[in-house]
Amino acid sequence: MRDRLIFTGQLVFTLLVAAFLVVPAIQSIIAGVTVNYFRGISSGLTLQWVFQVWDLYAGTILLSFVIAFATLAVTLLAGVPAAYALHVRGGRLSRIVEEIITLPLAIPGLAIALALLLTYQGFSEFRRSWLFILTGHVIFTMPFMVRSVMAVFSTVDIRTLDEGAASLGASPWRRFRDVIVPNAVPGILAGGLMVVTLSLGEFNLTWMLHTPLTKTLPIGLADSYASMRLEVASAYTLIFFIMIIPLLVAMQMFADKEQAR
Amino acid sequence: MNVAAGHGASVRVEACAKTFADGTRALEPATLDIARGETLVLLGPSGCGKTTMLRIIAGLELPDPGGRVLFDGRDMTSVPIEKRNVGMVFQSYALFPNMSVADNIGYGLKIRGMGSKERAARVAELVALTNITGLESRRIDQLSGGQRQRVALARAVAIRPGILLLDEPLTALDAALRDRLRGELNRLLRALGITTIYVTHDQSEAMELGDRIVVMQKGAIAQIGTPREIYFQPKNRFVAEFIGAANIIESALENGHLVLPGGRQPIGGDTSLPAAVAMIRPETICVVKAGSAPISGIIDSVSFIGDRQRMVVSGASAKPLTVDAPNTVKALAGERVGLSIAPDAIRLLPPEK
Repeated sequence: MRDRLIFTGQLVFTLLVAAFLVVPAIQSIIAGVTVNYFRGISSGLTLQWVFQVWDLYAGTILLSFVIAFATLAVTLLAGVPAAYALHVRGGRLSRIVEEIITLPLAIPGLAIALALLLTYQGFSEFRRSWLFILTGHVIFTMPFMVRSVMAVFSTVDIRTLDEGAASLGASPWRRFRDVIVPNAVPGILAGGLMVVTLSLGEFNLTWMLHTPLTKTLPIGLADSYASMRLEVASAYTLIFFIMIIPLLVAMQMFADKEQAR
Repeated sequence: MNVAAGHGASVRVEACAKTFADGTRALEPATLDIARGETLVLLGPSGCGKTTMLRIIAGLELPDPGGRVLFDGRDMTSVPIEKRNVGMVFQSYALFPNMSVADNIGYGLKIRGMGSKERAARVAELVALTNITGLESRRIDQLSGGQRQRVALARAVAIRPGILLLDEPLTALDAALRDRLRGELNRLLRALGITTIYVTHDQSEAMELGDRIVVMQKGAIAQIGTPREIYFQPKNRFVAEFIGAANIIESALENGHLVLPGGRQPIGGDTSLPAAVAMIRPETICVVKAGSAPISGIIDSVSFIGDRQRMVVSGASAKPLTVDAPNTVKALAGERVGLSIAPDAIRLLPPEK
């Protein structure tokens, strides 16, 4: 009887906490498909706001994906070899480099953006292009890629595998391609999903770095909140949800699969 | 059986020392010659420098400046491992989890650009040689420890290396399997006839497999010799105690006799010294009737092992003596017995520094 009471109490508490988080999200989604939010659902449901957002902001959505996958490409090309080098070399220098790579997690995005602006204000072409935002996103997401790949390396004793491949005559590049990367796949996948979702949702840095012509999805979202009807902003949120939720689910499923192994 | 091309290379390690970045001295300058086709065992307790020595020969560590590694007289010191044509079996086997058994064995051949048909034939040959037929398409995590060991060996041998390097290849296995694989490994190494350097901390492995044994202690070579030399003529107390069981007796010498509490024991060899550290192997001591041998003592305990019985006899020397008697000798704890030792079976060791 007592156990049952405790269980019920816990359940109610959990549901309340969940509701606290979920209800606003549902409210927002509903607002995005309501004809007039102030009159409520009774005013009717519509997709016109979603279409309007698409008309106005399709460019920002596209740019967000371009930047997210470009960020992924850069973090893969630079982060995986970096993780390999840091793991195999070891020692104090590697630890220091690892700390430096991780630093952007602790520094506010605004500060990083400010540093980038101060450094590159002279390069106006670069400053105006989306590559500038890409730079910020790479700095911000790199630790997630490097860390998750390094975590895998430390569980599979990659150094000995590397030495084993070397003893069979494989050059450093062959070793990297045939042995290191295939055995780092779980970390690369986890890091990759993280990088893409973080880049898609990044606001702090991007807000400082963007120009009117290089707006990403979250920037467009802020823009529409500030200057459009509430319904439009909500429809925008809805689109964002639809794109980010499958990524999060994929990430979770992947993590579960790794755990089961 | 044409498994290895020729009999491999000869190896010379010349004044190789190793100091790690943190200042640890892992290896004192050591010089070592390994003949073509020879199996040399590096033996010693953990931290004695044997693995460092192997890794220097492999090309996984650089010796300190001044040290050189030569294969067939060619200086290989700065040649990386991938260009040394060595086959290596690691203690953890280092099998690639992302490849099947056959792909693991064939990897070195693929690197060397061997065609897939030829490669498959060579892999099949090694699979048969190492007794792992039927496992070719398995993943590594589906293999038992003993199977992994065989795959690692097959992979190292597949490339017809000039030198085969084995770093404690049996240590990760349980005792019964270790004994069986040791015999198998011995036959295989003899059949291959390839230059082999084998690292172990297990003296029975060293005895069975080695043409010569290098006993190492604290980063230095304590003794190099055949298993018989190492066993019967250890150069110092460390070697005597590390290889097999040994009674070490510190005693005064008088006219070619050890002066012991239990009597005066004649010895062979240099008798001019005033005192000595002597080694007596347990199996060289015969248990006889009290009074019919120069020294005597009282049996503390008798453990029947099967093929022999191990006795501890006190009163004969300052410390109790370990005696291995044939399993037919009838003696009980508490009994007084004579101990007969052939003078030649006693080896005098240099005094400890």
